[in-house]
Amino acid sequence: MRFDLAKTLLWASVIVILLFLFVPVAIIMVYAFSASNIQGWPIQSFSLQWFARTFADDEVRAALFLSVEVAVVATALAMLMGLLAALAVYRLRGPGSEAIAFAVVLPIALPGILTGMALNSYFVLWGINLSFWTIVIGHGTFCTVIVYNNVIARLRRLPPSWAEASGDLGAGPWRTFRLITLPMLGSALGAGALLAFALSFDEVIVTTFTAGAQTTLPLWIFGAIRLGQHLPEVNVVVCVVILLTILPVLLAQRLMGRAALLHK
Amino acid sequence: MPASASLSGLLWRRPAWRVAALISLPAIWFVLFYLAALAAMFVSSFHTVDELSGQIQPGWTLDNFRQLLGDWTYGRIALRTVGIAAAVTLTDGLLAWPFAYVMARYAGPRLRPALMALVMLPLWSSYLARVYAWRLILAHDGALNWLLHGLGLPAASIGYSNWAMWIVFTYLWLPFMILPLFAALERIPPSLLEASSDLGAAGWRTFRRVIVPLAMPGLVAGSIFTFSLTLGDYITPLLVGGPGSDFIGNVVYSNVGVSNNIPFAAAFAVLPLLVMAGYLLIARKLGAFDAL
Repeated sequence: MRFDLAKTLLWASVIVILLFLFVPVAIIMVYAFSASNIQGWPIQSFSLQWFARTFADDEVRAALFLSVEVAVVATALAMLMGLLAALAVYRLRGPGSEAIAFAVVLPIALPGILTGMALNSYFVLWGINLSFWTIVIGHGTFCTVIVYNNVIARLRRLPPSWAEASGDLGAGPWRTFRLITLPMLGSALGAGALLAFALSFDEVIVTTFTAGAQTTLPLWIFGAIRLGQHLPEVNVVVCVVILLTILPVLLAQRLMGRAALLHK
Repeated sequence: MPASASLSGLLWRRPAWRVAALISLPAIWFVLFYLAALAAMFVSSFHTVDELSGQIQPGWTLDNFRQLLGDWTYGRIALRTVGIAAAVTLTDGLLAWPFAYVMARYAGPRLRPALMALVMLPLWSSYLARVYAWRLILAHDGALNWLLHGLGLPAASIGYSNWAMWIVFTYLWLPFMILPLFAALERIPPSLLEASSDLGAAGWRTFRRVIVPLAMPGLVAGSIFTFSLTLGDYITPLLVGGPGSDFIGNVVYSNVGVSNNIPFAAAFAVLPLLVMAGYLLIARKLGAFDAL
């Protein structure tokens, strides 16, 4: 085979880009094992001491629990609303349907600061105190879009003939939905839910504006970095969070990937 | 006949009602907690804050906007925000090409999903972790200067600067550009490229005249995210930007958190809303929404 310069250069740039994407993540994970509380490179000596100290920190634990609670509730809401919205938009025909399909993705297409600032002025306008539920409202909105995106992508790939066949065989719309459509959407819904959870668990831009005095885990991390406090603990938290978010994302990709193969 | 069955029958006979029933809950949520909130922000931008009591004064004045337009500081902040968002979008648009192209054209059926997963992973792994990683890497005693020192090069001091923000934003949002560009490239039928070369177009010409125009919607779809996410950020400027690298978001953030001047924050937040509205209209013309 002839040496193809263009092709070699392209593959080389793929490797460079992969390094660009992953070296920073690798570096930050190594910092968690540093024994020192000075954040210099290279790391002088290694230790696991900061893991024990971080897990014993009540502030970190409280922030972690709040984040998990918010993410669970926001994801549950997003699964319901994302599924309903996708089923409706999929059936929309005629003028205006494009506008609605476009409006649904606005919360992730518009900058997060807008969602945050808008919700903040909204709650202030009505005199609503910021609470657990105001965080959930913010997260529920963009998490819904994530679930919606996954479900509608699947709906568009499903053969409509299956639901029609079910109807011809005498099943009503609810029965067709329960026995045909929902099982076929299941993995897309699951993947959407995992991604929504990961997004909510990590969100900081909107949360700052809706959390008030409460501290989610990302808000704790942000505050600690800004003030330059508890940095060794930040390293540990960040390392654990990266490992924890990798799992749902890989799982979501598996769910969508296998399903994609089924329908090709 | 139970009520649920008759309701189900009714919805079966009237598909429009079925759609309405499905969409009602998410639509109410969307209107109540998103559109109404955006409207509240807009209304609030015409209010003022009483300097003595700190109470919000309802009413309709242009004071906030006058203050924003009258002070060149805010103009510079707006230009910096939009300028860096544009620079990041361009850089990601260039960097995404080789990766998306290899994924779409050269990667085999096993490598392709693996590359896809590798691009997805950093996208979903903690945003703060990735910004913090760069804060440490670019710091004076960080990994970058350690590497430069090892290579016998002079130390770089790009930590806490606009350059640092450009690098970090480019890094953060690159996957958002790669994925839609790859999707667009994957859809180009190979026969079209063969036809182009049969008609005598050399590799570069086929690329410029066939591949680039067909990939445009994917590129624009990706650019919506790279541009919008940079435009609305305030964390990265705080963590890796230096003094005097404020974004619109930072002014908004400090006016809500520190000075408690929500109307003024809302007024400045109207700018990214307008910029994005314009951007989305252009993107729609370029066919980006079919590629989202």
